[in-house]
Amino acid sequence: MPDLLLELFSEEIPARMQRQAAEDLKRLVTNALVDRNLFYEGAQAFVTPRRLTLHVIGLPAAQPTSREERKGPRVGAPEAAIAGFLKSAGLARIEDASIEKDPKKGEFYVAMIEKPGRSTKEALADIIPTVVRAFPWPKSMHWGDYHPAERLVSLSGMEAGMDPGTISAKYTGKNTLRWVRPLRGILCTLATPHDVAEIVPFDIDGLGSGDVTWGHRFMAPAPITVRRYDDYAEALQKAKVVLDADRRQAIILNDAKSLAFAQGLELVEDEGLVEEVAGLIEWPVVLMGEFEPEFLDIPPEVIRATIRANQKCFVLKDADGKLANRFILVSNLVASDGGAAIAAGNGRVVRARLSDARHFWLTDLSPLPDYKDKAAKPLDQRLAKLEALGIIFHDKLGTQAERIERIESLTNELARKVGADVELAARAACLAKADLVTEMVGEFPELQGLMGRYYALAQGEEPSVADAIEEHYTPQGPNDRVPAAPISIAVALADKLDTLGSFWAIDEKPTGSKDPFALRRAALGVIRIVLENGLRLPLTGPLNAAIWGALLDIEFAREDQAGSVVQSLERRGFPKGPELEEVVGAFSRAARRSPAPDNARLRETTASLLIFFADRLKVYLRDKGARYDLIDAVFALPGQDDLLTIVWRVEALGRFLDTEDGKNLLMGYRRAANILRAEERKEGAGAFAGPHEPAKLVLPAEKDLADVLAAAGAAARERVGREDFEGAMRALATLRAPVDAFFLDVTVNADDSALRLNRLRLLGELRDATHAVADFSRVAG
Amino acid sequence: MPSAADASLDPAKSFQGLILTLQEYWARQGCVMLQPYDMEVGAGTFHPATTLRSLGPKPWKAAYVQPSRRPKDGRYGENPNRLQHYYQFQVILKPSPANLQELYLDSLKAIGVDMALHDVRFVEDDWESPTLGAWGLGWECWCDGMEVSQFTYFQQVAGFECAPVSGELTYGLERLAIYVQGVDSIYDINFNGRDGAERVTYGDVFTQAEEEYSRYNFEYADTAILFQHFKDAEAECRSLLEIGASGEGRLMALPAYDQCIKASHAFNLLDARGVISVTERQSYILRVRELAKACGAAWLKTAGGGA
Repeated sequence: MPDLLLELFSEEIPARMQRQAAEDLKRLVTNALVDRNLFYEGAQAFVTPRRLTLHVIGLPAAQPTSREERKGPRVGAPEAAIAGFLKSAGLARIEDASIEKDPKKGEFYVAMIEKPGRSTKEALADIIPTVVRAFPWPKSMHWGDYHPAERLVSLSGMEAGMDPGTISAKYTGKNTLRWVRPLRGILCTLATPHDVAEIVPFDIDGLGSGDVTWGHRFMAPAPITVRRYDDYAEALQKAKVVLDADRRQAIILNDAKSLAFAQGLELVEDEGLVEEVAGLIEWPVVLMGEFEPEFLDIPPEVIRATIRANQKCFVLKDADGKLANRFILVSNLVASDGGAAIAAGNGRVVRARLSDARHFWLTDLSPLPDYKDKAAKPLDQRLAKLEALGIIFHDKLGTQAERIERIESLTNELARKVGADVELAARAACLAKADLVTEMVGEFPELQGLMGRYYALAQGEEPSVADAIEEHYTPQGPNDRVPAAPISIAVALADKLDTLGSFWAIDEKPTGSKDPFALRRAALGVIRIVLENGLRLPLTGPLNAAIWGALLDIEFAREDQAGSVVQSLERRGFPKGPELEEVVGAFSRAARRSPAPDNARLRETTASLLIFFADRLKVYLRDKGARYDLIDAVFALPGQDDLLTIVWRVEALGRFLDTEDGKNLLMGYRRAANILRAEERKEGAGAFAGPHEPAKLVLPAEKDLADVLAAAGAAARERVGREDFEGAMRALATLRAPVDAFFLDVTVNADDSALRLNRLRLLGELRDATHAVADFSRVAG
Repeated sequence: MPSAADASLDPAKSFQGLILTLQEYWARQGCVMLQPYDMEVGAGTFHPATTLRSLGPKPWKAAYVQPSRRPKDGRYGENPNRLQHYYQFQVILKPSPANLQELYLDSLKAIGVDMALHDVRFVEDDWESPTLGAWGLGWECWCDGMEVSQFTYFQQVAGFECAPVSGELTYGLERLAIYVQGVDSIYDINFNGRDGAERVTYGDVFTQAEEEYSRYNFEYADTAILFQHFKDAEAECRSLLEIGASGEGRLMALPAYDQCIKASHAFNLLDARGVISVTERQSYILRVRELAKACGAAWLKTAGGGA
């Protein structure tokens, strides 16, 4: 049972691609083996910055022999037919075929064709080059003597005078391979335990397979000849290569923690960073570096971002949980001075980066020279700069400044509804995006919001305003915290509803796996803010306002409508100059603040966005393990745009349908609805609308149902009106017995057409009464 | 005791020694040792010895120092790590040799980096120049956490696929000097390797220039004139290429490319002056790229381009 050892040795593979590459290598090779009936016992892939390794154990020595039975002509068939059969079956004499009997055909010849399987070695020599050539790197490249296939053709055309052999020789060995970085070596062996170990021979663009690898780039660069996995792993370990990425990560984490502990400090753990750093080294050596304590005046998040993003180092906390002036770095070298020079060098770079960060921090806290006249405070000056720069938010949706105006006016509308101070909320909305043009956020985009909060506090804004600037981006995902302060809620909702409304207005909706503007996340954010804060917020109004605001900006963005208005006013003799532009600007702002008109496009867009919310609500409830299948039943009712009551109703409905009464009533409802649908198909929708005539109720079960229905329907509607959904369900529950009795005793399609009409109307009323609570036809199962 | 003259040439003690050592090292590898291109460029890549020579089938090996100007990076001489004018040492090898990484590491050894003491790393960095219509894959080369070089395998230049592929090494000379000299500010780099009264620092040479050019770049460059320069260079580039295409013996790919470089620098200055809005910015970049592509196409029709 031979084992395969494959190592693809290359120049440094980007850290972020390594793990996936190892998985891909394993998947592609083992799939190709199984496709060829080469079943194996186990497979494991490894990756370091310089090598992708695959170990497959327990392979057969060859593909199984395949047998195929071929029927031939009948015994005594003409000479030519027999000869043809012998040829096609590969037999020398007809005596090599067996004879079978068939009641219809009589005796006929049968040949058994045996095809011996190819050896595993041969199969691998095909598989590996194919896998390598088609490897799914996210980005790959050519190198060196690369010649595109087209050029070979065109050159051969140009050099038509030369003989083909010369041309071919001229280009033999030219590289057409793509790999993530230049591929430098291929080790590929097949080794049977306690038996032979041989090279699987193949060649990819002049790079031949062999049994050689290399150790650590600096500490063990000599070639290593090896044919078996156990020897390979051992040799690499000696040659300062930890093959297993998980082991490298564990070493880094463990050594970092103990190094921190020895100094009375604690590592600020960072999973993503450990993963990345483990992909930058083959032999982890954890060291500690230092920077001046003066830098600790910079916000800790900035220090961490600087050290993490630029230097890929970890920060440390002291016993009080404060950031320490030390950091952890992971080097790739056991240095002859114990790492002193490496730690010192890294410290110098960290210091340079931190002085950059401090420069950004102090610059952002200072007035902006060119905008001193436009606003008094630093962050307001940044806002003025953002407006002046005309930074585009999206080419169809105008500038960031216009977007901020939209968010402001939405915040205004929402603040009242969520109980926030309107003026403070407006202030927060106005400043929410100002940090986008600060130096710090320019350098570290992931600090947006947080820096806004720091800068707002520094210029004396209310803490609630500063908090809202940071929190308006939240929640960023299903596990992120949800803002709870009213001002934060108002701005966070406004920001998300504007994003959703805007992209809906230009018909940029998420499709399948594509959601480039994170609209699903925005909708989930709105849902979580509303539900987790228990907010009563009918969405139609804010959605209309958001979409209307975007539609206006789209109009003004299109071919610079505002500019053309200015020009046409100028032509009519209005004085030129900034005043005129201001008037037109004020006009467009006024239009945006005016209530959204009632038009079809707006209605349709809002309706489509509400359906998107219903879908997102389903996902949200499903993830929480709640009844999400009942959303449709509630959402199908008219005017459902209040997420909180929708959820209440769904919960009440779920509990009701779990009871015996609920299950039976649902069955009764379905029966009624089926009958109605069948009869309406014959006589048209609405044929049985209108109230029944009490005088025409003849059977006790009919009368009984009508009585209970009148009471239950009224009670259900009244309780729904009070949002007592449990009560409404209880009211419906009283229908169960009379409905059951009705279907037992009453023939709906009576011969007397007046009776029939009256009974169908009664069922129509039953359907309507249940629809006060939910559309039971949309209940699944 | 090494003499003062030795220190003047010591790559770990003087800026000029660093340059001379790299030149000598790459000259030994068979590179044509060129001089800087005599025009304002944003990076060594703009030198026609890289941009144009990386196109077409002809092998090519060259190295040179290129003064590079990035008007926006000016900090009035106040920031220890940022300059609007700095030096790159550029190496271009076509086709990229199989041992390019080893050659690079040996060049670090040549300037005194001890690989038993220092942690050298190749960290993913995909390079792209939107104005040149060029991109490649490679790394930032880190030395104890400091990015000292960029290492790129060109995949496309001026919109044309590179075949064979050139390997490009760009050493940030000031960064490298900070590192090997162990100082904290570019301005503290010892330029001539001398001590005492004879010592000349990078700051002695360039502080005044940084202050003056920052003023010029950010405050006083005449934007009307620059806009005109941009238009003129664009028009001249197009016109030279048209003449080149109009008949035998009229090709002027190199002079046309000079105009592309001029347009690019005028754009960089306008950008620093803050008079180009974000939307316009894209369209200016596109206009320069169109020139670069047209020049690349013209170059491929010349002898240098392998035609």
